[in-house]
Amino acid sequence: MNEFAERIGSSGPVTVAGGKTRWHLGGDVHPEAREVQAPTGVVSYDPAEMTVKVNAGTTTAELTSVLAESGQRCALPERGGTVGGSLAVGENHVEVLGRGWLTTSVLQVSYISAEGKIVRGGGPTVKNVSGFDLPRLLVGSLGTLGLIGEVILRTNPIPPQSQWFESNDADPFAVTSKVLRPSAVLWNGASTRVLLEGHELDVASSKKSLFDIGSWNEVTGGFDLPKHRWSLTPTELKTCTGTFVASVAVGTVWRDEPQPARALPQSVIDISTRLKANFDPTGRLNPGRRVF
Amino acid sequence: MTATDDALLADLRRVLGDRVRADSAERALLRRDASVFEGGSAGPTCLCESTEEVQQVVQIALAHNRAVVPRGAGTGLAGGAIPLGAPVVVSLSRMNRILEVDTEARIAWVEPGVVNLDLTKHLTPLGYHFAPDPSSQQVCTIGGNVGNNSGGPHCLAYGVTNAHILAIEVVLADGEVVTLGGLDAEPAGYDLRGVFVGGEGMLGITTKVAVRITPNPPAVRTLLLSFDTPRDAAATVSAVIAAGIVPAAMEVMDQRITIAVENYVNVGYPKDAGAVLLAEVDGLPDGVEIDAQRISEIGREHGATDVRQAESDEERMLLWKGRKTAFGAVAQIAPNYYLHDTVVPRSKLADTLEEVYRIADEYDLAVVNVFHAGDGNLHPLLLFNGQEPGIYDRVHAAGAKIVEASLAAGGVLSGEHGIGVEKQPYMHLMFTDDDLDHQERLRHAFDPACRSNPGKVIPVGHSCADIQSLRVTPEGVWG
Repeated sequence: MNEFAERIGSSGPVTVAGGKTRWHLGGDVHPEAREVQAPTGVVSYDPAEMTVKVNAGTTTAELTSVLAESGQRCALPERGGTVGGSLAVGENHVEVLGRGWLTTSVLQVSYISAEGKIVRGGGPTVKNVSGFDLPRLLVGSLGTLGLIGEVILRTNPIPPQSQWFESNDADPFAVTSKVLRPSAVLWNGASTRVLLEGHELDVASSKKSLFDIGSWNEVTGGFDLPKHRWSLTPTELKTCTGTFVASVAVGTVWRDEPQPARALPQSVIDISTRLKANFDPTGRLNPGRRVF
Repeated sequence: MTATDDALLADLRRVLGDRVRADSAERALLRRDASVFEGGSAGPTCLCESTEEVQQVVQIALAHNRAVVPRGAGTGLAGGAIPLGAPVVVSLSRMNRILEVDTEARIAWVEPGVVNLDLTKHLTPLGYHFAPDPSSQQVCTIGGNVGNNSGGPHCLAYGVTNAHILAIEVVLADGEVVTLGGLDAEPAGYDLRGVFVGGEGMLGITTKVAVRITPNPPAVRTLLLSFDTPRDAAATVSAVIAAGIVPAAMEVMDQRITIAVENYVNVGYPKDAGAVLLAEVDGLPDGVEIDAQRISEIGREHGATDVRQAESDEERMLLWKGRKTAFGAVAQIAPNYYLHDTVVPRSKLADTLEEVYRIADEYDLAVVNVFHAGDGNLHPLLLFNGQEPGIYDRVHAAGAKIVEASLAAGGVLSGEHGIGVEKQPYMHLMFTDDDLDHQERLRHAFDPACRSNPGKVIPVGHSCADIQSLRVTPEGVWG
């Protein structure tokens, strides 16, 4: 972290590049911004504690494989890129119903402030309400408030059994009322894919419930996801048309084109403007990126 | 009462009529919350019934240069709702309507004064519940849960309050009304909703909340495991988690509190056990059986002398009744208690517990432990007689040692009670000046003049200077 802080320094526009898999989000970063990389590698991992401390520059693929060796996984999306990048854009795993929300999985975050100082928020334990919740603020902030260097994430056991099913005739919106805790319900307008996870017998029993509302075939995974994430309410999904993949009961939709900017109320903009000014008075962190 | 107070009162009464209380009895009642901290001083108390009324009250307070403190049921244990510097107290207990329940979208809009358990009772016939279940759930309110990011036994599997809040309507300290978050998957902008939860009323006043409602699981198994020592119970908890099982709840009680509970409500707890572990698994029937079986085995491997499984819903409710009335049962042992709340890594539970007993011995205090073991969330209760001269100094000193021991074990200051005034002096043990500086910057973005619940969380010397002058440490407040 000290080296990372030195690289960032305390003046001049600066940006952190991860895998650049979602580099388009929030607009182009100012061309004069100096590009730095976050430290890499898993710092410490205690499977029995179900937490992992990992440097932000670590690829999600590496983290996934380290966790899998101990039969665990986490809430980060597995769509390429780095841990820090995923947190900066605040993207959930497509199986968020089974994995949990990214924002609640971040227990502690250490970042470099605009002044070049190391700042830590949150704590190392799975439960913590000590002070204001800086980790929540950093997740999805596109590196505009602080540059994430290291995080502690909650991990979870990989369920003994995972099976995907597909149906062309089932009502995707009936699935969650028939099946307890599906890990994903994806719908592309023509067919529905459902991920069931848990003990073998539970999956078998959920499968039976699923088969009450349509004909289903086992498939190897979910749909290929288009590039852009849209955020809708679960109810709004019903009106989706065109080419899309929708996460039922969640509200995320993946499309080829980006979601039009969503207007925020003036009072939210006012708080956000003050936040940015308080955390980055000179506007040096990821200049050009817009969160609000 | 000064002329300024009279003018403030007159303005408040123009809006709320006789729902502004300023008599000495009422103000005395509101000086404290459920913590041991005394000595707050309440200004006029406004029993608001709508967002508009809260907004008007905040605007009037602003015009009179007075701070505001939101208040729900006053069940907080860290002094977070104690009014400092005679602020206007905004009582939200009359805003207690459940506005809308949408089972398809799995959300409910509620007012902040809705009692936690009342919401779950309302949802039960629909097949749902509100997952956070603090021990005070019969009286504590959703607004208070939001303010404290409250936990409870079942947060082990379901997560604390923050995981169950989608949107919050807030009256900011400048009187603006704003909705944070939203019902969509990933609301635009910074996660102001996520930050507001656990803000201890210092980021604004909650006036409406969209909560996530959770389907009731079809199968539940509740086990009561008896052990010779708390160490064996704690080791079992660590081993269950390490085995990849995430139970809905895992609660440990030591012998002294188990006996007190059994004498109090007679629920069938074994009085001869050194500690008991109440473990619950829920989900689909087959998986629940497998997990319950596995927990029994792990318990026996770690020295469980008896494993009992509730055979009926009635028996299950009885086992939980014991746990949930534990704090009430303490009155049999001593007239006063101080309930601490720290978290340690689960693997450090057993060692830290032993340290807690040692510290209590050192200060010649009785201690009982009843806690959310699955989360590593310790709840030592230091028992004492408040009439004994000098006792508070000893209780305070022992509490400080417990906090230090938890931090030394790699833990944190609070798991679910918050910082309030209680843990404020310890914040620098967990955070650097730079860390605290950023927490303060966050606070200032919501409330630049520090007018909402001033004087809490951030240690003295870090908070707004103008408000600090208001914070005359009242008599009797510790630390």
